[in-house]
Amino acid sequence: MTALINSRRNFLKTSVSGVIAGMLPVSLVRLSSAAGGEPDFTFAYISDAHIQHIRGSQFVRNWDRGLIRAVAEANLLEPKPDFVVFGGDLAQLGTKAELDHGAEILSGLDYKSHIVMGEHDYYLDLGKYWSDLYGDHYYSWDHKGVHFITLNSILTYDDWTFNRWESDERRMNEMAGLDNPNGSPFMVGETQMKWLRDDLRKVDKDTPIVVFSHSPLQKIYKGWNFWTEEAEDIQALLKPFDTVNVIYGHVHQIQYNQIENIAFTSVMSTAWPWPYPESYAQADSHLPILTVPMNRADPFNERDATGWQFMNLHTGRVDLEFNLYNNSNRTVAFNAAKGHPEDVSFTDPGNRKPSQRHY
Amino acid sequence: MQKLIRIVVFLTIAGLASAQTPLGLPEVPVPADNTQTPEKIALGSRLFNDVRFSATGDVSCATCHAADKVFTDSPLSVSEGINKLTGTRNAPTVVNAAFNKTQFWDGRSPSLEDQALHPFLNPVEMALPSHEPILATIRGDVAYVKAFRDVFDVRPRNITMKEVTMAIAAFERNQISGDSPFDRWYFGGEQNAISEQAKRGFAAFLGNGRCISCHTVEQDHALFTDHLFHNIGVGINDIQDKVPDLARAFQVAKNQGVDVDVAVLGDADTSHLGRFAVDDQFSSMGAFKTSTLRNIAVTAPYMHDGSLATLREVVDHYNNGGVTNPDDPVNPFLSGGIRPLKLTEQEIDDLVLFMEALTSPQFQLLAPASEAQASTMGGGQ
Repeated sequence: MTALINSRRNFLKTSVSGVIAGMLPVSLVRLSSAAGGEPDFTFAYISDAHIQHIRGSQFVRNWDRGLIRAVAEANLLEPKPDFVVFGGDLAQLGTKAELDHGAEILSGLDYKSHIVMGEHDYYLDLGKYWSDLYGDHYYSWDHKGVHFITLNSILTYDDWTFNRWESDERRMNEMAGLDNPNGSPFMVGETQMKWLRDDLRKVDKDTPIVVFSHSPLQKIYKGWNFWTEEAEDIQALLKPFDTVNVIYGHVHQIQYNQIENIAFTSVMSTAWPWPYPESYAQADSHLPILTVPMNRADPFNERDATGWQFMNLHTGRVDLEFNLYNNSNRTVAFNAAKGHPEDVSFTDPGNRKPSQRHY
Repeated sequence: MQKLIRIVVFLTIAGLASAQTPLGLPEVPVPADNTQTPEKIALGSRLFNDVRFSATGDVSCATCHAADKVFTDSPLSVSEGINKLTGTRNAPTVVNAAFNKTQFWDGRSPSLEDQALHPFLNPVEMALPSHEPILATIRGDVAYVKAFRDVFDVRPRNITMKEVTMAIAAFERNQISGDSPFDRWYFGGEQNAISEQAKRGFAAFLGNGRCISCHTVEQDHALFTDHLFHNIGVGINDIQDKVPDLARAFQVAKNQGVDVDVAVLGDADTSHLGRFAVDDQFSSMGAFKTSTLRNIAVTAPYMHDGSLATLREVVDHYNNGGVTNPDDPVNPFLSGGIRPLKLTEQEIDDLVLFMEALTSPQFQLLAPASEAQASTMGGGQ
């Protein structure tokens, strides 16, 4: 990503002016001294670091470097983002060693941070140690006229969580598997659904809402838990509001979608990339068609197809700038004319690069 | 249509040049608007060596790119301009610079022609207030006037820096060298051109050393560079804590119109920001261009700041995963491909010997004793 003053301003200009016809480009000055109404602001988003303990003081170097680099780069942003969100899966197998090590790296951020729970953080001790570090598993707050909600969307059926496994480690490993017949779909659960209903009751319908969750609050692919079991119910709770944005991690790739009033956008992982599962299965899949494939993954470059992002919130909609190493950076911004988010550069088929195939 | 013309021009040049293309090199890319002629090259040579084009009248291009030092100023770590003022970068060799896709360590110049404009004006290099004194000197020099008329068909008052830099670039484009012992072995099939140890070094170069990922070798030639920029933990390692302040200060200055060329050669800390200073990309923080490895054994010291004295130190640096001393902290912006290599002492020795086999014959006299000897002996071991 282009950095700091020179290019950051360009991002704000291009992403906003390119999307909202007739709206003045947002500039640095305007950001810092907007007169009338709530000012636009930015925040950074880092996700899916998967810090992995090997033994003793050894951790997987590649995952460490990805998070260290994202933190260092986020600290260079100018103007400063208002806060940073970490989107879950700080750890790989939820151990104290992993969470501590990851928390230490994250503590290098110069900003206030909000942390989302991921399944890799949770299923060893059901979020106990994570709570010691970061507190509540779900919560909401208001910032510059926007209502933010952080959900713990990686819960599942109680029977699976409490009755099925002979050890905590086994439970963690089962939930970490892909296409695992022993797995179980992600959920927010009844208690949290009630909390969400109560929380939203206090919010005006014209207040922009941004929801952070680890899993997509939409149903994409169950075998990899690109999925939340109560997605329709959550969407129904969010439906009465004018402007809703959902930002999720977990999928390690760029996805965006619009369901009625809700704009969904995923964020990248700092650890490793996932293509759609079909690339690995090499078989027919019944996934939604991937319209703008990521031009991805040089096997040599450890940071390739990973990244992090910062977001500009204007008029209640989120524009994401993806910082992608060894690749073209991408901007997914809300297109007001079309009423959905889209890739600013690559939606036009003429601008796309052919996908690499590695088999 | 334009593409077709370019291809035709290229083929014509290739046809002319193919007879003398050294082993291991591709055809020299020559811009269609600045073709090579012996007269132009000779003019460029004279300009390259003319000390009058400096504020003190004693510095030329050749001061830091000396023909008898493989067009570097070895063993200086950073170059010396007028009044012994020092810059921040190690003089890269002109030899084979014709193949570079960008010029300078940070690639801030797109061509040899453009590159030649900048050192004349940089305050720590030749320090002229403008290019005008160069043109005045040329217009008042009978031999230059004749040469410019012959080469460019231009009257004295119409000579501009365009013709000056075209001639200098033509001279530089003529400085190519291949035919190294490695080339004779790998591309020429001469089994005894390099020692068995150097061959093992090449195996490490391809394998455990991971060198090939950036210092590329193609099927029929090797430039030993991917033309890209990588943070390998040199320079930036020493200023890690200052990066946020330095980066911000530099961006503010750049926004206010500061000359990047002047800024990066005038301050060592700023210099270590590397490619970031040119393209504002986070991923370019502390990154420098992959340098060729041709004649590397005779162009010490190494890296953009000349901070590593020997090839062994260079291999140690990579073997440590991008730090010169194993206990030093790794910088957060380190390129993803750089990681501890766990090379054996033998592999490190082999790699150094392999790199010593990349010296072209015309520079062999400058080579360290070990490989010069191996070469004389026909490489048999």
